[in-house]
Amino acid sequence: MSLFDLTLAQASKALHLGEVTALELTTAYIKAVEELNPRLNAYITTTPDLALDQALEADMRLQNGTATALTGIPIAMKDLFCTAGVRTTAGSKILSPFVPPYESTVSGKLKAAGAVTLGKANLDEFAMGSSNITSAYGPVENPWKRTGSDAKLVPGGSSGGSATAVAARIALAATGTDTGGSIRQPASFTGIAGIKPTYGRCSRYGIVAFASSLDQAGPMARTVEDNALLLNVMAGFDDKDSTSANIAVPDFTAALNQGVKGKRIGIPKEYRLEGTNPEILALWDQGIAWLKDAGAEVVDISLPHTKYGLAVYYIVAPAEASSNLARYDGVRFGARVDGVDLIDMYERTRAAGFGTEVKRRIMIGTYVLSHGYYDAYYLKAQKVRALILRDFQQAFEQVDAILTPTAPSAAFGLGEKMDDPVTMYLNDVFTVPASLAGVPAMSVPAGLSSEGLPLGLQIIGNHFDEATVFAVSAAIEKAAGFTALPELRAK
Amino acid sequence: MSLDAAAVRRIARLARIRVDDAEVETLKSELNAILGYVEQLSAVDVEGITPLSGGAQMALRQRADILTDGGISEKILANAPDREGNFFAVPKVVE
Repeated sequence: MSLFDLTLAQASKALHLGEVTALELTTAYIKAVEELNPRLNAYITTTPDLALDQALEADMRLQNGTATALTGIPIAMKDLFCTAGVRTTAGSKILSPFVPPYESTVSGKLKAAGAVTLGKANLDEFAMGSSNITSAYGPVENPWKRTGSDAKLVPGGSSGGSATAVAARIALAATGTDTGGSIRQPASFTGIAGIKPTYGRCSRYGIVAFASSLDQAGPMARTVEDNALLLNVMAGFDDKDSTSANIAVPDFTAALNQGVKGKRIGIPKEYRLEGTNPEILALWDQGIAWLKDAGAEVVDISLPHTKYGLAVYYIVAPAEASSNLARYDGVRFGARVDGVDLIDMYERTRAAGFGTEVKRRIMIGTYVLSHGYYDAYYLKAQKVRALILRDFQQAFEQVDAILTPTAPSAAFGLGEKMDDPVTMYLNDVFTVPASLAGVPAMSVPAGLSSEGLPLGLQIIGNHFDEATVFAVSAAIEKAAGFTALPELRAK
Repeated sequence: MSLDAAAVRRIARLARIRVDDAEVETLKSELNAILGYVEQLSAVDVEGITPLSGGAQMALRQRADILTDGGISEKILANAPDREGNFFAVPKVVE
């Protein structure tokens, strides 16, 4: 057994027992990053010197009794979290010179717990994408291959670098952010677990904003237990985020062995979309059978406004993005392109600094918020969003959790689904509704496609009931016994 | 509602993004595809529904109106593309 076979929980135990030092573990991971990252491109910026310093400090804490479960654990930080003194790009050219003078709350909490940061993980530009191909720093390669093929596959997105880093074992865990599926879909594509917590559970302070009413940070790791250990540290009230929830954070690991006996699991009929890949539907049925076998009661439910989720999302998210990204004007930070006057400087700076997907979304957002169109698009979308929330509220009067597939397909090839933006957007069809309602949702690896690629199931819970999400996810994980590994990985 | 080239240029101007003529045509078809997709919302009956603006199931807090920060102009200006003393510098606005 190599060091890379250890999960976060196992590595933590080994560190506390003195079977391995943080320096040994970190050194092994730094070496693995150096070997595999030039190909996978999971990190935009690596910080080996910082990681070694943090590892030495972690070893001191492990000796003097101040260590936590995360002390000495080498992780990847999505490059959307501002890190003091370490360049933060959000995957965009416009932020290429940006070195934040301050630390995001979530990354700060992980640092304070003693986690070691290996570097900043690649992502779709400003987290806008489902394939990691919109990054200005190049696409990320999925470490998985279709059986008998060497074609490069996408890791999903937007947290594609985080997902690949964890799956390829060049990080023991990672942070992600999820606005419409950006933790769950890449987790599904790379055979790892990831949770988008309830909106308000993790502070948004210091996370480069995309769509503020949807953005939520969460962990990505190999197991459900590893995710619980990470979320224990990442969650919590923060005065610096006006939408942070002042609600006590339970120990999420306590839920892991709860089981699902007597729990009511909803199966929404509207997620059985016409034309969905039969493999995905078969895996979903398998998941239902696993939960029944484990003693859960399965209940058919209806979320009637599900089919409008994507349309609402592609009005609301661009609207908020157009407003949030107005700050990139080449004046206070970021890259500037000179012009003949101030307006010309703005227009040239933004034309050169933003990629095509970001420009598209800013323009759609600008349009739906503009005079004469606001009511027809934005206000209408907000009203349908209220109906989507109501669907979930009514469902959770009947059930404890909801089970669905995470994504409509396995990982696809680099360059596929590029015909038009809407085809790419359909990736998020199963993940977007939970984002709009603000409820927590987790993706757990549950099986392999006929081509040998990982597929995930999604477990959705009620507001602030991540505990039940963890309990159900752990039951799925146990029943699935997913042990397959990607071809490209540190050994 | 379908956008024409003039509308695309108007939106780009509002968004402060410079677009050249070749881009306008591509953007026009892409933006129209997205608007065509979201058009389905017109089928939803939202009579009497209060719009939902956020994911937080709570009222926004207010904080005390006191200074909590300050005296860090060097830190703030460190990322400025151009500066004059303690100010951000921009092209001349008033002749």
